[in-house]
Amino acid sequence: MISEDAVLLSLGLPLGAAVLISMLGRWPNFRETVTLLAAACLFVTVCTLVPAVMADGRPEVNLLDMFPGLPVGFKVEPLGMLFALVASGLWIVTSIYSIGYMREHHEQNQTRFFVCFAIAIAAVMGVAFSRNVLTLFIFYEALTFSTYPLVTHHSTDKAKRAGRIYLGVLLSTSVLFLLLATIWTWHLTEPHSLEFTKGGLLSNMGSDTIRQQPWVVGILLALFAFGTGKAALMPFHCWLPAAMVAPTPVSALLHAVAVVKVGVFTIMKVVIYVFGIDLLTDTGMSLWLMYVAGATIMIASLVALTKDNLKERLAYSTISQLAYIVLGVALANASGVIGGGMHILMHAFGKITLFFCAGAIMISAHKTRVSELNGLGRTMPFTMAAFAVGALSVIGLPPLGGSWSKWYLALGTAEAGQLPLLATLMVSSLLSIAYLMPISIRAFFLEPSASDVHGDNYHVHTGIREAPISCVVPPCITALGCVVLFFFAERAYQLLIPIVS
Amino acid sequence: MIADHLLILQVIVPLLAAPLCVVLRHRMLVRLFAVLVGWVVFAIAIMLLTRVLNAGTVDYNLGNWAVPWGIECRLDSLNAFVLLIVSGIAAVVLPFAPHTVKDEVSGDKQYLFFAAFLLCLTGLLGITITWDIFNMFVFLEISSLSACALISMGRSRRALTAAYQYLVMGTIGSTFILIGIGLMYMMTGTLNISDLNDRLQRLIIVNQVPMFVNQTRTVIAAFAFLTVGISIKLALFPLHAWLPNAYTFAPSMVTAFLASTATKVSFYVLLRVIFTVFGVTFAFQSMQLNTWLMPLALVGIYIASTVAIYQNNVKRLLAYSSVAQIGYMVLGLSFVSVTGLTSSIVHLFNHALMKGGLFLAMGCIMLRLGSVQLQDMKGLGRRMPLTMAAFVVGGLNLIGVPMTAGFISKWYLILAALEQGLWLVAVLSLFSSLLAVVYVWRVVEVAYFQEPERPAGGELRRLNEAPVSMLLPTWMILGASLVFGVYTEFPVGVARRAAEMLMGVGS
Repeated sequence: MISEDAVLLSLGLPLGAAVLISMLGRWPNFRETVTLLAAACLFVTVCTLVPAVMADGRPEVNLLDMFPGLPVGFKVEPLGMLFALVASGLWIVTSIYSIGYMREHHEQNQTRFFVCFAIAIAAVMGVAFSRNVLTLFIFYEALTFSTYPLVTHHSTDKAKRAGRIYLGVLLSTSVLFLLLATIWTWHLTEPHSLEFTKGGLLSNMGSDTIRQQPWVVGILLALFAFGTGKAALMPFHCWLPAAMVAPTPVSALLHAVAVVKVGVFTIMKVVIYVFGIDLLTDTGMSLWLMYVAGATIMIASLVALTKDNLKERLAYSTISQLAYIVLGVALANASGVIGGGMHILMHAFGKITLFFCAGAIMISAHKTRVSELNGLGRTMPFTMAAFAVGALSVIGLPPLGGSWSKWYLALGTAEAGQLPLLATLMVSSLLSIAYLMPISIRAFFLEPSASDVHGDNYHVHTGIREAPISCVVPPCITALGCVVLFFFAERAYQLLIPIVS
Repeated sequence: MIADHLLILQVIVPLLAAPLCVVLRHRMLVRLFAVLVGWVVFAIAIMLLTRVLNAGTVDYNLGNWAVPWGIECRLDSLNAFVLLIVSGIAAVVLPFAPHTVKDEVSGDKQYLFFAAFLLCLTGLLGITITWDIFNMFVFLEISSLSACALISMGRSRRALTAAYQYLVMGTIGSTFILIGIGLMYMMTGTLNISDLNDRLQRLIIVNQVPMFVNQTRTVIAAFAFLTVGISIKLALFPLHAWLPNAYTFAPSMVTAFLASTATKVSFYVLLRVIFTVFGVTFAFQSMQLNTWLMPLALVGIYIASTVAIYQNNVKRLLAYSSVAQIGYMVLGLSFVSVTGLTSSIVHLFNHALMKGGLFLAMGCIMLRLGSVQLQDMKGLGRRMPLTMAAFVVGGLNLIGVPMTAGFISKWYLILAALEQGLWLVAVLSLFSSLLAVVYVWRVVEVAYFQEPERPAGGELRRLNEAPVSMLLPTWMILGASLVFGVYTEFPVGVARRAAEMLMGVGS
């Protein structure tokens, strides 16, 4: 297949699936088949792009010219390639999981759910492959709107309030800062351009303003960094815990992988291809961002410790882990950027495992709080084992994938001479042990609480009682993925190396 | 043969059709006839615009009288574009009419309704096409008076007071305009726009050194009267008081039509008077008009948007949103740059589409639900899915979400502000679009998240989706707003040409 077609197909497949799904609402089995087929085809399509990109090809395709000289179009580069692979690969697993979850949970409006899910994936692909800031912005906003019905899926007052926070924070940051930054960048380049350029658009084509007034770079970076509310950089992080009212598959794919990673991906892309690492190093204008990221890492980890609700704890853990990636980019050196890019991949696998497990626990044991999980390892051994693996990967211990990205990030801080930040990383790893490991410990080493044994749920104790198979297999797969990634991290490294060379 | 007279046919066709409606009288015939006229007028506008885009300015002398004596019609890229908008909206709104007019206007008045509608259309098209400033005033009166009649036909009795208010404010506005025209005529002895510009420039330049000598003082007074008068017609904050009531109580289709054409034509008149009659130098360097318009526009955007948030009648909510949107257009103008004017003119086009579509959706809801109060719209997302989806699309346009026409306007507005180095203005206008999020989402939440209230003891009334003849126009116009949010070449291209012409740069 020609690469250009593959690029278009990776948007067309999920969109086409969305249309089909909406028409097949009356036949759930057909509907789910479409989801699965589309997910599988999408992953294959994205995979066909890999050889070309590895061979330094940059397949590109233009949709249309939205403004004179400013097209909406796609160009696949390594970072986007990696992100698209992660998102499309995990969509398959999540689809299997969400079918089981939604049916077991007897959720309403399942058709709408799957339609919005497919549209959201299309938007993610658009972001991943975008060739300029405008295209990225368009799909960024499309993702916000397509996930809104998913977050508010339950249509309760709580969901409505969460939806308000979700839309309010994401939309206001993007409209106020990201759009302003986009138009300003267009205005600052000579000739006007928003194209992601190797070496940095602003370093190559920035007008004199940039060279004469380096503080412009700092402000612009701030607009981009805070404008990308999806990256959940403090103080614009509160939408993520709020969005946890969504059904768990949504939290899993969208709020551990797609949506939040679109955020950090945007920041990475902007830093690497709009500013250029050298520009940031020369002007030193990203120093403040390192410390904001560092602060986010610490504060979010500490908050996570205090949360008893499992999904909320995971959400704060996500906020902290996302800030790792932002920190990596803000360091603006090779190790930092590579570490950040790899953390997109590694954290995705680790965190999605954790969310899958949280959902499985919710539907089979009806528990949402950490303090209720005592002894659950006996009734749900597979789920809790997967959880432990995922947790270890997020913490960053070998032999799990997460250890590599943290290694490079730590290396990056050391290279940049930012010892306080290196210390932050280490302390935060300890904190993540403190907030994740007790869950596994409770599950495997503590006795089930008395109410569970003698209460209405007496049968809980009577042996293995896992969630339905389609909710157990996915976390096991992704947990296995965490292990595999430890051994194949080299591949990701090879893919990412061109963006810093 | 006919092709030569297209310019005047644009006005003559609806003008003659209006009395014919009264003659025909038969309900069915009148409706069909009006639709036919609407489409003919639209077709003429399309032909005229293509001609202007290909050949540049098109002139027409009425009755072949040479210019200073006779009346001239002239089309350039600006008014050809406005003609297209006005006639296009009319062409879409007229097929929408039968159901809603049957519902909202009493049976024996229907032919009068259509006659008044066509007269109003005539007035708006006439204002746009004429190159004679007194003619402009005459057509302005035709459109205002017939619009007043249309508003008063609303179902609620408050429509009468609304119409009266509209009449009073409108009359004050047109009196101001008339005084302004009179003063200009006194100074120059001409009414033709090019002539006026020519002679005014000479007057202004001659008297520039001692700035406030008697002669220019008259010109300045004329300028002031005209600007204020047009601002009333335009509903520029704080002269907008007539608009919310008029839009709220008028029959649905009238609201849709007026909201997307009347204020747009007034904005056209403002552009024409400021840029073509008085000229950029006089208006913005001597008179510093932009230092007045910019704060007014911004304050207007904020106050109107905020008021919109607290409205419980959705038509009124949209009306206040219109006041805010006029603020965006005036804001673009106040930058006095090609990009700024482009944003204004593009927004004129885009806003006509989005507000027209939104008010048409309101018409559908009015027909089926019998109310446009927010509390009655609970759960409407499930009861009238297509109509509410249309509302959502229109709302996204108002917010300025990418891939909708509203985004294009916003892009150029911000770009224009940045070009002038007006940081605060850029940030403020971005922030104001968040207010739009709030007022749009209030409606969306009610329609999609709340269960409809059952009448005490009774079953919930089953609601049908609006008839196709109403849904189709609604979606056509909103579909256009989506298309032009992606393929921007046409509106932005024309708008830029018009802006360059007004600023006197480029070809």
